[in-house]
Amino acid sequence: MSIEKLIFYGFAVILLFAATMVVTIRNPVKAALFLILAFFTSAGIWLILEAEFLALILVLVYVGAVMVLFLFVVMMLDIDLAPLQEGFTQYLPIGIVVAALITVEMIAVLGAAHFGLDIVAAPIPHPEGYSNTREIGLLLYTVYVYPFEIASVILTVAIVAAITLTLREKKSKSQNIAEQVKVRREDRVRLIKMDAVNKEEVD
Amino acid sequence: MIALSDFLILGALLFSLSVAGIFINRKNIIILLMCIELMLLAVNLNFIAFSHYSGDIAGQIFVFFILTVAAAEAAIGLAILVVLFRNMHTINVADLDTLKG
Repeated sequence: MSIEKLIFYGFAVILLFAATMVVTIRNPVKAALFLILAFFTSAGIWLILEAEFLALILVLVYVGAVMVLFLFVVMMLDIDLAPLQEGFTQYLPIGIVVAALITVEMIAVLGAAHFGLDIVAAPIPHPEGYSNTREIGLLLYTVYVYPFEIASVILTVAIVAAITLTLREKKSKSQNIAEQVKVRREDRVRLIKMDAVNKEEVD
Repeated sequence: MIALSDFLILGALLFSLSVAGIFINRKNIIILLMCIELMLLAVNLNFIAFSHYSGDIAGQIFVFFILTVAAAEAAIGLAILVVLFRNMHTINVADLDTLKG
C-alpha cells in the first residue's frame, strides 16, 4: 500500500469517526468540537485532491469563523438538554435503516464498478509551477464574475439579516424623518441677550 | 493510486451519517444545523473529487460558492436560533408549534 493511500485511509477513518461523534454525542459543545475535527480532516483530504486553495479556505472560513459562531451560540444559550434527548433510541433504528439504504444505493452507483481506477484513470500530475489558486482566480474573475458578485451580495444580505434579527433595542440609530422636517428655527435656535463682561473684572 | 470511487464512497458514507443524525437528533436544532453542514461537506468532497479526476477546475469554483452560501446560511440560522431562544426559552423542535392551527 502506497503512503498516499495510507494517508487517505487514515484521514477517512478520522473523518467518519468525527462525523459519528457529531451525530451521537449528547453535549452540543462537544459536538461542535468534533465538527471542527471533521472540517479539519476533510481539509486534509482536499489537499490530497490538490485543491489547496479550498482546503485553506475551509480551515479559515469554517474552522475559524463558522464553527466559532456555532460555539458562541451553543455556549450563550442556556439549554436544558434532557428533553432534547427524548426519542434518541426511538428513532435510532429507522435512522440506521435509512442511512444504510442510502449508503448501499450510493455505493452501487458510485462504487469501483463505475468509477474505479480502470475506468476513471488517475489524473496526470501538474507541471512544475502550477498554482491552484491562480487557476481558480483566472476562472473566478472572468467566466464566473457575475456569480461572484451575487455571492458577495448574498454575504452582505446575510450580515444585515443576522444583525437585524438579533438587535435588541427597537429605536437604536433610527431617524424620524417627519420630526426632522417639522422642526422650525424657533425650536432649535435660542438667542440670548446678555451684557458684555469686562474681562479684567472677571479675572 | 487512490481511485475516484474511494472518494465518492467516503462522501456517500459522510452524507448518510448526517442523514441518520437528522433522524436521531430531531429535537435539537443546533445538532440539526451541524448535520446540514456535514451534508454540505460531503457534497463538496464529491465536487472536488470529480474536479480533480476530470481535470476541470470548474468543480472547485462550485465548492467556493457552496462554502459562501453555507456560511451565510449558518449565520442567519444561528441568528434565528438566538431570537427563538430569547422569545420561547427553548430550542426543542417539539415545542415550536406556534403556527399549528
